[in-house]
Amino acid sequence: MDAFAAGFAWLADPAHWTGPDGIPTRLLEHVSISASSVLIACLIAIPIGLWIGHTGRWAFVAINLANVGRAVPSYAVMAIILPISLSFSPEYGLALIPTFSAMVLLAIPPILVNAYAALREVDRDLIESARGMGMRELQVLRRVELPIGLPILVGGIRTAAVQVVATATLGAVFGYGGLGRYLIDGIARRQFDRLTAGVMLVAGLALMTELGIALLQRRLTSAGLRAGQTTGRPYRGMAETPAAPVQPV
Amino acid sequence: MNGRPLLDWTWIVEHLDDMAFRTAQHLWLAGIAVAAGFVISFALALAIRRIPNLYGPITGIAGVLYTIPGLGLFAALVPITGLTTLTAVIPLTLYTLLIFVRNMVAGFEAVPRDVLEAADGMGFTPGRRLRAIELPLAIPLIVTALRLASVSTIGLVMIVSLIGDNFGGLGLFIKEGIQTFFPTKIYVGAVLSLVLAFLADAVFVGIERALTPWARARAQSVRGAA
Repeated sequence: MDAFAAGFAWLADPAHWTGPDGIPTRLLEHVSISASSVLIACLIAIPIGLWIGHTGRWAFVAINLANVGRAVPSYAVMAIILPISLSFSPEYGLALIPTFSAMVLLAIPPILVNAYAALREVDRDLIESARGMGMRELQVLRRVELPIGLPILVGGIRTAAVQVVATATLGAVFGYGGLGRYLIDGIARRQFDRLTAGVMLVAGLALMTELGIALLQRRLTSAGLRAGQTTGRPYRGMAETPAAPVQPV
Repeated sequence: MNGRPLLDWTWIVEHLDDMAFRTAQHLWLAGIAVAAGFVISFALALAIRRIPNLYGPITGIAGVLYTIPGLGLFAALVPITGLTTLTAVIPLTLYTLLIFVRNMVAGFEAVPRDVLEAADGMGFTPGRRLRAIELPLAIPLIVTALRLASVSTIGLVMIVSLIGDNFGGLGLFIKEGIQTFFPTKIYVGAVLSLVLAFLADAVFVGIERALTPWARARAQSVRGAA
């Protein structure tokens, strides 16, 4: 508990809230690299996931690739990219490129797998009746599959975002800023209050990310699905979002 | 890192024994943690099966632990447990809990109700029902959990060396490579850890297949029907 007290005392010190190593700067660095890498990962993974989910084509290949991607340790990815990116760009090659690329790679698999699963979970009969009503494929996707699958899709973004926020900490090993700075510097200088404060900040940010997106997820669950959950209609469970990464097919 | 080749093959050939040793250290740490996490989670999953209300709190706590950065948890333990194996193994174990508990509970949940009732009707004792019915049917999800936990633990062990050199593991190659601007070491550490993670993944996929012959039979009959 002493460690906690020391960490809080460190956080309370106004001197730690200003300057290039201040909490606001580090927090902003951390949030900006996390948000931008999750965004880029979304732009890559959601279209692919929706396409394979809607058509059912290439699903086996894509899901297995995503699972293989999940096995890749981010620290190793950063390390592999470092020497290469450094030879290309001495300015950004040291910190930014390795951290950013590793975070994008980390975020793609859960988003892709969940985007795929979101559409696969939709009752086939619903899709058939939508087609029977004369909807075109894009309409089926937009008006039937997406609204029903949205919570699961957002669940993937949630998993990815939490992992990215926690893992972006490692960027500090390669010279990136962010909250990981406090951990690395705390270990190097044997300043355990700095270290504990850093741990609390990263864990707090990850929890806020988790809760924030969970809230968004609940709001995005269409009213019909929510009602179905309480009255036990056949669509029950669909709105239940896998907080854990969706299991491989 | 300028001026040096990305891969120095003579160094690699001269240090094969180092690589073997650190790979073994890496596997050893990951192995203890996954085994400990498995045992603890199995007990927790059985408790949840008996008292379903425990699921929320247990996965809640495991979830909060999961958000703590690995680097921080390792470092935070140093003042308490020193630079011992425990410092590495405790956080690694804690991180596996969420994966194991969720999948084990999902595995038990996936057992159809009527199968359980049939077993009860045939006079199975709860212990025998667990052993003969529920565990075999829960195996696919349990092995999936083992796979996910092993792979993620192998990744996490990479970080341990940032706390102290004496833990070894493949991450130490990367750390030394960065400190001495020697890319070969970085690649050796990174590539070996990737290979290790993929191998672990493949091994558990194989185990899963071997333990669930019915899944393959079913997939084949479905394909045949279509």
